[in-house]
Amino acid sequence: MADKLRAQQQLEALQSRYIGIGSSDTSKHEWTSNIARDSLSSYLGHPPLLQYMSIGLGQSREMTRVQMLERMIQPSGKPPKND
Amino acid sequence: MTSFSTLSLYSLTVKPPSATQDAISGDFIGSGKQQILTANGSRLTLLEVSRRQSGFQELYSQDVFGIIRRIGKFRLAGGTKDHIVVTTDSGRLVTYEYMPDERQFKTVHFETFGKSGVRRVVPGEYLAVDPKGRAIMIASTEKNKLVYILTRSGQTDITISSPLEAHKPQTLIFDLIGLDVGYDNPMFAALELDFSSAESDSTGEAVEELQKELVYYELDLGLNHIVRKWSEPVDRTAHKLLRVPGGPNAPSGVLVCGDDNITYHHINNTKSQLRRLAIPRREGSTEDPNRKRHIVTGTLYSLKGGDFFYLLQTEDGDVFKLTVDAPKGVVLKTKIKYFDTLPLATSICILRAGYVYAACETGDRVLYELESLGDESDDPVFDSSQFPTNPLDRDFAPPFFRPRELTNLKQIEAVASLNPVMGMEVANPALEDAPQIYTINGAGGRSTFRSTRNALEVLDLIESPLPQNASGVWTTRLTAEDETDTLIVLCLHSRTLVLKIGDDVEEASNTGFMLDTNTLGVQQFGEDCVIQIHPKGIRHIQSIQFAEGEAVATHQEITDWTPPAHRTIVACATNNRQVAIALSSGQILYFECDSDGSLAMAEEEVALDSSINCLAMPDVPEGSVRAFFMAVGCNDHTVRIYNLSPDMEGNILRSISVQGLSSPPSDLTINSMTDKSPRGYSQYLHIGLMSGVYIRSVLEEMTGEIGDTRRRFLGPEPVTFTRIAAGGEPAVIAMTSRPWLAYTHPRTSVLQLTPLNYIPFKSAWNFDGSAFKGVICVSSSELRIFTFNNLLDNTTCESISLRYTPRKFVGYHDQGTFFVIQSEKDTMGASSRQHLIDQADGAMDLEHTNGDTSNGQPEGNELPPTEFGYPKATGQWASCIQVVDPITEKAVVYTVELKDNKSAVSVALAYFESRGENEYYLAVGTAKDLQFTPYKFTSASIQIYKISPNGRELEFMHETDMDDPPLALLPFKGKLLIGTGTDLALYDCGMKSMLRKALAPKCVPNRIVGLKTQGSRIIVSDQTESVTYAVHKDQVHPNRIIPFADDTVPRHTTCTEMVDYETTVGGDKFGNIWMVRCPTKVSEASDESPEGLNLIQDKGFLGGTPNRVDLVAHFFANDIPTAIQRTVLLSGGERVVFWAGLQGTLGALIPFTSRRQHKMFQQLELHLRNEDKPLSGRDHLSYRSYFTPVKGVIDGDLVERFLVLGRDKRESIAGQIQGAWSSEMIDEAIWNMRALYAF
Repeated sequence: MADKLRAQQQLEALQSRYIGIGSSDTSKHEWTSNIARDSLSSYLGHPPLLQYMSIGLGQSREMTRVQMLERMIQPSGKPPKND
Repeated sequence: MTSFSTLSLYSLTVKPPSATQDAISGDFIGSGKQQILTANGSRLTLLEVSRRQSGFQELYSQDVFGIIRRIGKFRLAGGTKDHIVVTTDSGRLVTYEYMPDERQFKTVHFETFGKSGVRRVVPGEYLAVDPKGRAIMIASTEKNKLVYILTRSGQTDITISSPLEAHKPQTLIFDLIGLDVGYDNPMFAALELDFSSAESDSTGEAVEELQKELVYYELDLGLNHIVRKWSEPVDRTAHKLLRVPGGPNAPSGVLVCGDDNITYHHINNTKSQLRRLAIPRREGSTEDPNRKRHIVTGTLYSLKGGDFFYLLQTEDGDVFKLTVDAPKGVVLKTKIKYFDTLPLATSICILRAGYVYAACETGDRVLYELESLGDESDDPVFDSSQFPTNPLDRDFAPPFFRPRELTNLKQIEAVASLNPVMGMEVANPALEDAPQIYTINGAGGRSTFRSTRNALEVLDLIESPLPQNASGVWTTRLTAEDETDTLIVLCLHSRTLVLKIGDDVEEASNTGFMLDTNTLGVQQFGEDCVIQIHPKGIRHIQSIQFAEGEAVATHQEITDWTPPAHRTIVACATNNRQVAIALSSGQILYFECDSDGSLAMAEEEVALDSSINCLAMPDVPEGSVRAFFMAVGCNDHTVRIYNLSPDMEGNILRSISVQGLSSPPSDLTINSMTDKSPRGYSQYLHIGLMSGVYIRSVLEEMTGEIGDTRRRFLGPEPVTFTRIAAGGEPAVIAMTSRPWLAYTHPRTSVLQLTPLNYIPFKSAWNFDGSAFKGVICVSSSELRIFTFNNLLDNTTCESISLRYTPRKFVGYHDQGTFFVIQSEKDTMGASSRQHLIDQADGAMDLEHTNGDTSNGQPEGNELPPTEFGYPKATGQWASCIQVVDPITEKAVVYTVELKDNKSAVSVALAYFESRGENEYYLAVGTAKDLQFTPYKFTSASIQIYKISPNGRELEFMHETDMDDPPLALLPFKGKLLIGTGTDLALYDCGMKSMLRKALAPKCVPNRIVGLKTQGSRIIVSDQTESVTYAVHKDQVHPNRIIPFADDTVPRHTTCTEMVDYETTVGGDKFGNIWMVRCPTKVSEASDESPEGLNLIQDKGFLGGTPNRVDLVAHFFANDIPTAIQRTVLLSGGERVVFWAGLQGTLGALIPFTSRRQHKMFQQLELHLRNEDKPLSGRDHLSYRSYFTPVKGVIDGDLVERFLVLGRDKRESIAGQIQGAWSSEMIDEAIWNMRALYAF
């Protein structure tokens, strides 16, 4: 029993420390949002990728970076209703 | 048992990336001057700007083997130089100190804080440093922030604390800076957005109400604690922060830049204390007056006496000067004024010496000189009292300005930069020795077409015609004490011309030279004599003197030495005290300088059976009376070394060693060159062969032994040499079908061999003038003097301006032209631009009020797009096809603008069997009203243009509609393969449209972006799903295209190339290079039946084709490959895989041919990973395995670090390598990998 409690505590510690460690209650929306945020963060963090996209979009790198960040707020739409 | 992989490659960077992530100025040397530190790709480079050379000089550059994200600098109170702090993908905070004497970055701190990689919550995306150097804050895009405290311990050491956390979950960070608070507790400002309230709100209202906050974090140095001091909601669109100077009598605070506004904020301010400015917009007939601008980059510059200003750049490239009116530290007003328009930059650095460096996003990086601070120009000034403080309040008159030519800045230098490379092809339409690298570069108005060659750039100083063709040239001093050369001696056809170097060059008379003969050699001899060697003897002239400004010389005694009867002199070697001549009879006679400067012939002589081609003798070593050895090149394919200083028995002219050659030698020379030996220099014997091969060996100074030999083929003509000085170091020019320079690389001290970007010449000599130093050469009937610009860069680049961002190109090598398709998103097309300009002109004509309206420039005229870009218009495309001739005209020779908002997306040079021979067509895929995310278009088509026989004009034939934009075109078996969406189809050209002959529906899962072929096999690359192998069966009707093998890993393919029939190499959007191979059995089965029934009957496997390809090699390059090609790079070289990366990288993958070498390189790489750990703190193996484990590729860039390691480390590594390798042998192996395959 103590082991189980300890494992639970460890999981909680990890969940508070790292984003995106799911649990049995993770909804599809949470999961997809998390993936999309990771991707967007990676796009703007890798300089060649940011440049590649900026050239494609025909705008400056700073503008692309800001757009990516703004998209991280709600990358896969509104959260579903909790019934 | 060991198993071997079938293939192993050696990855080399030929040209490092030139895209700048970040650039900062600071004093990193501690010299009191400012340098610029730039981060390009994974390279840190320190640049110095010097007024003397009025340009850049690279001080130091090193690959850190990590993705550099941000760089910063800090200096603690009392420090003498700035330290460097870097965030990379290593999960470590690393700081460096530049050690100018050792020429290296010394790691000072090395603090691990998180996982490696570029991740959402691992700090590194933002880096802020306290201006007083007391603390560093790093942050990730979401949640995490860490603060490190720096303190001084003892005299020199700086200690770093363990990190303090300032995390805030579900918060995005837009920008982070260190505030200037003087010596109060360090303070950091962050732009944060807490989205937690929107996470659970299903109505979507909370998202609209999210607020962006400006948050101040205070680091309490007393309590060792970080607190969230203050926060204030700011403009929702804010994205950039700029520091305002603080301290006594300075305001402190922050400028927040957002959509159309720049607002000054201060801690605990009230609404009324905010100072807001709108960003001025361009005025002009083609400009949309409602378009809002943003600040993309900016820099603060503090003047002496506490004044300061900002230069802020908008996305159009316009730079504004922002000043703050703050008497006694209270900000009353902020003012903004147009400054100048520069190319869009990632960073702008202002140096105290009065220079402005713009690290441009695309194209050449530019250095400007500050001519004025913009106070005099009559551009309108706007101040904050004109604008409401609430950013949502739109009730103000938008400010406008009129862009103009540079007035406050003057361009000094542009550093050539390939970034971004949109396409590349290695070809030799110019029919030169070695192929050229053609690239399409840049974006917007700064797009270019560039031809890059492996050659050293030279600077032409003088070009003057000669009365007739000359075959030889010499310069000489008159006495041993002279600092500069006085005479130029030219050998014309059986005539000798003597010129005097003065204020100008004029013919000298009465010099004593024998003028009606050929000259073989000229040498300043002894104290004040000059000797002339000609076929019929040696003339010795004593003390030639010129009166001031006169061309008529006086000289003393002339002595002639004549050879025995019926013999002529065929070769000679001279230095200041020795002369050796070879006679037609095979004898070598040797002379030394007597005490009175006359020639004293030695009693000994050498008699050889074969005829003698050439002689060489080094200069007299310092402190000796004679050089020790002489080299003789004989027609019997040998080079012999003779001693000139008496040996144990007192004999001279004894044969010391003999070296056999593959062909008769054509020329020899001996000199001392700087190298990596413990002494710092060695004596080298350079041998040129009749066959065009160049051999360089070390000639041991004491024993005369020949060793450490390197060979290279230079060109198809005999090689001749001349000794010169390049960049102050001894070097040798080798002349064959083109000139080459053998020199010491200034950074690595490795001997290099690079062709010169110059016309071929037959004779050259070192030139030491009072005004300049260089090389004098004769080429047919022209006399030229040139010098070397930069020995660090072994490539030269020619560029031709293009109109819009180039997307793809194709070469028509028979006619030496290239067809480039270009398109520009959200940009007004050429016709609507012209229409608006005409309209404005018309309106002007009608009104015609006050005569001359503008300062000389006709109003409404389009601004030059190279500096000012094109007017924006959302949803519109500007697109064109241009024909470029980089060989004869070096210009764009023809342009077709696409109309109706169409943009060109693909291009191919096609030949149709059905349309007759020798007719070439240009196929261009277009899309109308194209949009991305989501991908949308209204129609798509293929346009066919007929190419005129000279390849310079296009005639429109017809246009065929397609279902999807055709992103990939490929000429195939006299027809055209077109990839539209997921379908692959084969088309023939009809009279009025394209006619479909075969179709493979759903050939790939997503979208075809590239096609390659060999025989009947087609390699189809998909946007996200790697490559699919397909085969074309033309024995059945209708023809079949059958996909039969694909990949297991999703690769976002950018470019591919077939290495052989089974193997494909390609690159992806994440910066990987990979090679996949189709299993032999599958490959054979695909070609078995003529109608492909066996393939059709195979069942698909897991939703794909029946078979899978195997991965052969994989490598992370940290640059997105945009073109890849299997090609030869050097004349007489082997084939390599050559690739070009978006950020301007040029690289080569070289296949290993020897197991022994491969084993050595493998071990060397392994040892270097441990012994020379990457500077970024990243583990090298995991860096090269960033997305997928590295396979079958050895990193040549890491291996080449061996060349610059210290002697102890080299020896220790060499000792650990199995297989009896000495460090010299390893050096040679590394040298050969580069020199024999790439450059």
